[in-house]
Amino acid sequence: MTRPQLADLTVGDVVATRTVEIDRAALVRYAGASGDFNPIHWDEQFATEVGLPGVIAHGMCTMGTVVDVVTDWAGDPGAIVRYGTRFTKPVPVPARGAAAVEVVATVGATDADAGTARIDLTVTHEGVKVLGRTQVVVRLS
Amino acid sequence: MANPDFAGREYPATEPYSVGREKIREFADAVGASHPAHHDLVAARGLGYPDLVAPPTFAVVVAQRAEQQYVADPEAGIDFSRVVHADETFTYDRPIVAGDEIAAVLHVDSVTQRAGISMVTTRCELFAADADEGAPGEHVATVTSSLVVRGEDS
Repeated sequence: MTRPQLADLTVGDVVATRTVEIDRAALVRYAGASGDFNPIHWDEQFATEVGLPGVIAHGMCTMGTVVDVVTDWAGDPGAIVRYGTRFTKPVPVPARGAAAVEVVATVGATDADAGTARIDLTVTHEGVKVLGRTQVVVRLS
Repeated sequence: MANPDFAGREYPATEPYSVGREKIREFADAVGASHPAHHDLVAARGLGYPDLVAPPTFAVVVAQRAEQQYVADPEAGIDFSRVVHADETFTYDRPIVAGDEIAAVLHVDSVTQRAGISMVTTRCELFAADADEGAPGEHVATVTSSLVVRGEDS
């Protein structure tokens, strides 16, 4: 497959979009895979007792899930040299069905000397931004 | 409230975490990371890696274990039922691959209080442990994480 070339990128270009769905089973799977067993991510009663609207996704589950769009675009997971985000709003996950999270990946900056592009992710759920300042620095040729 | 005396503290390197192929596949499945380099040895080697490549947030598995030294210490004053994850950043010198033995050195970079909440920022420096030397070797990644701890009345 063809890899993106740094010289072809323009700041502001949308390079990928995706909708990812997070359901309760995904949270249980993420808890097991990551070792984060905080009950707010699987126990409705516990979550409401601590003042949440219900079970919410692990911020790290959302962060881990939305970056795959960049991996696919870059064509190499090892090309990602930096990835950061702020958890601005929780993603409530219903007992049945799934929470849909919309991801838009835009070129935020390019650095020809470093050979990197900064891809900015806009991550929303029901029109509300759930991750803020989500930046992925990718090494490209 | 989070104990401000912990700011600046550095912990000894953890026992190395052994990164296994099946753990990488399991974690990749859990975050929907379908790139073949996470799952298929031939694909990973085709990209020049010695083994399966961990997804970009996999380092959190190692970092969160190391952070337990701090957040689970009763003296630190962090009530986990009042904690909200505020931000997270991964910086890689190279990707983590299956077969790595990763030791973490945890630093508490800051503990601040404001308007009834505490914010703590930790940094884990991850090293590929050198099996022969029994000491941290090559620096692989840095994981920084901030937590907000709500006060008793908020």
